[in-house]
Amino acid sequence: MELRRDVFQAIADPTRRAIITLVAANAMTPGAIAAEFDSSRQTISKHIQILTECELLGQEQQGREIYYHFNPQKFKEIADFIEPFRNMWDDRFNTLEQVMKKRMNK
Amino acid sequence: MERKTKIKAEDGKQEIWITREFDLPVDMLFMAYEDPEIVSQWMGTQVLKLENRNHGSYLFETTDLMGNKHRFNGTIHEVVPNQRITRTFEMENTPFPIQLEYLEFEALDDYKSTLTMHVVYKSVDDRDSMLKLPFAQGINMAHNRLQDVVGRLK
Repeated sequence: MELRRDVFQAIADPTRRAIITLVAANAMTPGAIAAEFDSSRQTISKHIQILTECELLGQEQQGREIYYHFNPQKFKEIADFIEPFRNMWDDRFNTLEQVMKKRMNK
Repeated sequence: MERKTKIKAEDGKQEIWITREFDLPVDMLFMAYEDPEIVSQWMGTQVLKLENRNHGSYLFETTDLMGNKHRFNGTIHEVVPNQRITRTFEMENTPFPIQLEYLEFEALDDYKSTLTMHVVYKSVDDRDSMLKLPFAQGINMAHNRLQDVVGRLK
């Protein structure tokens, strides 16, 4: 059984980031995606599988072909992980500002 | 309320930029980094040592809600008053490698200033784990202390 995929692990790979960039512009078939790379079709197919498992890519059947598209919602989750860090600094800086304003008014 | 702090963390890079505009003259902003008592107030930490000069160093100690003590230290490489501080940052007794911080202070006008922190980590993974730290801990300890300080100021 496959281990549950980590989104951060998924986007750590440059080929997978390139695949995301490609399908973000247009939904594509696995063949069309593979044609953009020098790697074997199997390798690309493995990358697509990883991206699909962690829901960065979605699948859609159109006739006999499967099209992969980008899942912006999942990508937003990645952006959101920086939020607590940003909030931590923002709170610190807010306090800094208040402490200094108080001193200036003395 | 809109967050005034901006974070730039590009995918696959081992660095981040933290920028913030303050309603403070640049010398007041710089003083908040220079004066041990003020640092202690806004960072919510005890300042055991702070030598803000070239070849200087600092040592902070924070006590969490459980009473555990956490130490943070670093070497201060360069200090240019109201302009720049270059220093390292280490969380003692943690697996996180030491990071390098470039702090740039800039006056926008007589009443406003900007701080830019450029932080360089040992690797991309180290950066990402550090960014996820407040997220993983749920409630950050320093953050809690801060809430107390802010509460008292109000």
